[in-house]
Amino acid sequence: MRLAYSFAIENDLIRADGIEASEFPDLSSRYRVYAVPRTVVNQGAYIEGSLPENVFLDSILKAVNPETREGEAL
Amino acid sequence: MGLIRDDDALEIRERLKDMVSPVRLIHFTQELNLEYGREARHLIEEVGGLSDKLSVEVYNFLLDKERVAEYGIDKVPATVIRNGKDYGIRFYGIPAGYEFSAVLDTILAVSQGDSGLRPESREKLAGIAEPLHLEVFVTPT
Repeated sequence: MRLAYSFAIENDLIRADGIEASEFPDLSSRYRVYAVPRTVVNQGAYIEGSLPENVFLDSILKAVNPETREGEAL
Repeated sequence: MGLIRDDDALEIRERLKDMVSPVRLIHFTQELNLEYGREARHLIEEVGGLSDKLSVEVYNFLLDKERVAEYGIDKVPATVIRNGKDYGIRFYGIPAGYEFSAVLDTILAVSQGDSGLRPESREKLAGIAEPLHLEVFVTPT
């Protein structure tokens, strides 16, 4: 969650919500949140777990642009 | 009566001394129908009292439609963390445990206007040219 907020600080096009899953059971069930943290990207792709900064960011970039090769520009 | 213990409050005050610009915590509630609403509001108000650079505004999700629309709030309790600028940072629910600490970190980062990220991350993020919405589901630990 902390990383997602940091990403939002860097780029105005990014918005980041931290959501306490148990307080929003309907939304959590819609996104099939069984384990946390689970990050939903643009209401679509999922990223599981708490990841290091570069891995988390690359996973997001890959989710929004599947043509980006994993590890590119690292 | 506080939700934050006295010794924790002292520690948080110390942490918040690193704040630079004022930060606004904009809280949306709908206390009547919410199991957690009252507690969330009290927690945010207590945090707001721990630094002169923090201010808290509370709006009603059902009545303050203009603010709800301005901040794109679609569920409550919701808290916006912003300075002079709205970065698009929201927390929905009660931030507890590790998430509470992450919220404090974020208050500091927003106040300093610095994400604290590595240069290579900043570079990649600058290249994002389409709207990106991240929803991070968490639970108190």
